[in-house]
Amino acid sequence: MSFNEQTIKTIANLARLKFPQEQEEKFMQDINGILDWVEQLKEVDITGVEPLVSVSPRESAIRKDQVTDGGIQTELMANAPESVQGFYEVPRMVE
Amino acid sequence: MTDLVNLHISEALDLLNKKEISSVELTKAHLAEMEKARFLNAYITETPDRALADAAASDKRRANGEALGALDGIPIANKDLYCTKGIRTTAASKILSKFVPPYESTVSQKLKDAGTVMLGKVNTDQFAMGGSTVTSFFGVTKNPWADENGEYTLVPGGSSGGSAAAVSAGLCMGATGSDTGGSIRQPASFCGVTGIKPTYGRCSRYGIVAFASSLDQAGPMARSVKDCALMLHEMAGADQFDSTVAELPVPDYTAALTGDIRGKKIGIPREYRPDGLNAEVAKVWDKGIEFLKNAGAEVVDISLPHTKYALPVYYIIACAEASSNLSRYDGVRYTTRVDGKTLDEMYENTRTDGFGAEVSRRILLGTFVLSAGFYDAYYTRAQRVRRLIYNDFIEAFKNVDAILVPAAPTPALSYEAFKNMSPVDTYLGDVFTTPASLAGVPSLSLPIGLSDKGLPIGLQVIGSILTKTRFSKFLKYWKNRQDLI
Repeated sequence: MSFNEQTIKTIANLARLKFPQEQEEKFMQDINGILDWVEQLKEVDITGVEPLVSVSPRESAIRKDQVTDGGIQTELMANAPESVQGFYEVPRMVE
Repeated sequence: MTDLVNLHISEALDLLNKKEISSVELTKAHLAEMEKARFLNAYITETPDRALADAAASDKRRANGEALGALDGIPIANKDLYCTKGIRTTAASKILSKFVPPYESTVSQKLKDAGTVMLGKVNTDQFAMGGSTVTSFFGVTKNPWADENGEYTLVPGGSSGGSAAAVSAGLCMGATGSDTGGSIRQPASFCGVTGIKPTYGRCSRYGIVAFASSLDQAGPMARSVKDCALMLHEMAGADQFDSTVAELPVPDYTAALTGDIRGKKIGIPREYRPDGLNAEVAKVWDKGIEFLKNAGAEVVDISLPHTKYALPVYYIIACAEASSNLSRYDGVRYTTRVDGKTLDEMYENTRTDGFGAEVSRRILLGTFVLSAGFYDAYYTRAQRVRRLIYNDFIEAFKNVDAILVPAAPTPALSYEAFKNMSPVDTYLGDVFTTPASLAGVPSLSLPIGLSDKGLPIGLQVIGSILTKTRFSKFLKYWKNRQDLI
C-alpha cells in the first residue's frame, strides 16, 4: 500500500493537522516505511480469530445515571483559551 | 550521617518510624539533590513549597501519634502525565504546556492519601510517545549513568525517562510511571532501577493523560522490588471513574515476597533470543537464568510463537487509539489556541503547532488505519493478531509460574545514535516489552547486570494476569541482587 501525496493530505485533514510540503513528504516517507514493516502481519493466519478489543479483567458495567458533582463551572472554564460569560468562545461558524 | 537520598523506601519508613529522621529532613535532602542535578532535566515542574508543607504535616502526624498512611513522609515524583489538582500537568507537550487540572488523578490521590510527599512532576516523552524522553517539549532528560568518557550523553529510555532518571539519581525515592508498550520497563533497564507494569486493570487510568486506552497502565518505579511492592499496594484498586479496573481486593504484595522460589517453573521463550541478540543482553539474561536455577527454580524452554508480530500490532493499535484520544485537543478547552479564520482552521493551526513531530506522525498513522477502506486491513487485523499473542501467554501460563526475558534489546543508547534512527528503528526498542502489554499481563523490570561499558541491563519477569502474589514470591530473591549495580 502506498501512502501518497493525496492520502497524506486527506488523512491530515481528517486529523485536523496541516503541514508544509517538506514536512508532508517526510511524514509520507516515514509512514510508508512503517506500513511496509507492518505488512508482515499478512503472514499470520487469522481465520476464525475474533478481534481482541479489551484485556480488562472486568466486564463493562453500567451505573446509575446520576449527577455526582457540579457547580464547578469556574474551575472547568479556567483552562479555556477564550471564554465569554462562562461559555467557550470559538470563531464564528454560522454566517 | 545517613545518606538520605540513597535509601530505599522501606529503610526510610523504618528510620521515620524510629524517629531517627524526619520527613522534612528527607524532603530537604531530596530538594537539595534536585538542585544539584538540574542538568539532568529530570523534572518539568518542581513543587518544593508544597513538598515541605506536606513533609511538615507528616512529621506532625507521626509526632502526635495520629493515623499514618503506609508511605507517610516518603518523597516521590509523579510522571507529568498524572493530573495533579492545581499543579501544571503538561504531558511534556506544547499543547498542554499551560494546563492546570481542576482535579487529581486517582493514582496520585491514592499516593497522597498514603502520606507521600510530592517533590514535583517528572519528564516524559511527549504524550508518553517514545522510548527515549527525547520527544519532550521541555527538552531531553539525561541518563544519570555516564558514558565511558564520564559524559552524560545517554538517553534514560522512555517514556517514563524522567521517573527512571529521578529514582536512579536520588532525586526522589520512588516515582509513578505509566506503561503503554514498555514505558516503565525499558527506562527502568536503561537507568538501573526497578519498575512494574501491573496487570491491565489493576490501577485506575482516571486522570492520567490518555495515550492508548486499551494498553495504558500506571505503575511504580523505585530502587527495589520491595519499594515497588509498597507503592503498588497504595496505587492499585477499584475506582468508580475507570470501569476497566478489577473490582478485586489488592493483595499484600510485600508479604508475598518470601524469597522462596524452590520448585517454581520459569519459562524462557525461545522467540526472545533471535539471531543477532545483543551479546551483553544475552549474557545478563543467562546470568538471570543461573540465579533462578541456583535458587531452586525449574527453568523450562517455552514458545510464544506470535512474539515477532507484537511490535507491528502494537503500533497499529496504539496509534489508532492515540489518534482518537488526542482529538480532544482542539484549541477550545485546553489552554492553548492558535487563531484561524474558521473553526476548522483554528483546530488545524492549534493542533499543528501544539503537537511535536512524533505525536503528529502517530496521529496520522492512527487516523489512516482507522479510515474507511483500511480499517479492516490494518486495525481489525491487528486486533485479531493481538488475540493470538494473548493466547500465547494463556497457553504458556498453564505450564509456568513466570517468564524471564530481557527488558530492552540494548543498554542505554546515546542521543547521537537515537537522532540518526528511522521511526521503525526506534520502535524496535520496544520489541521485548510490547507482547506483555498487548496481553495485559503484569511484568516487572529489574536491574540484573552491567554491560562491558558499565551500563545497567535489566530483565523482565512476566506473570500471569492478576497473579502478582504468586509471581512476586520469587522476586524477593532478586532484592539482594540490587547491590550488583
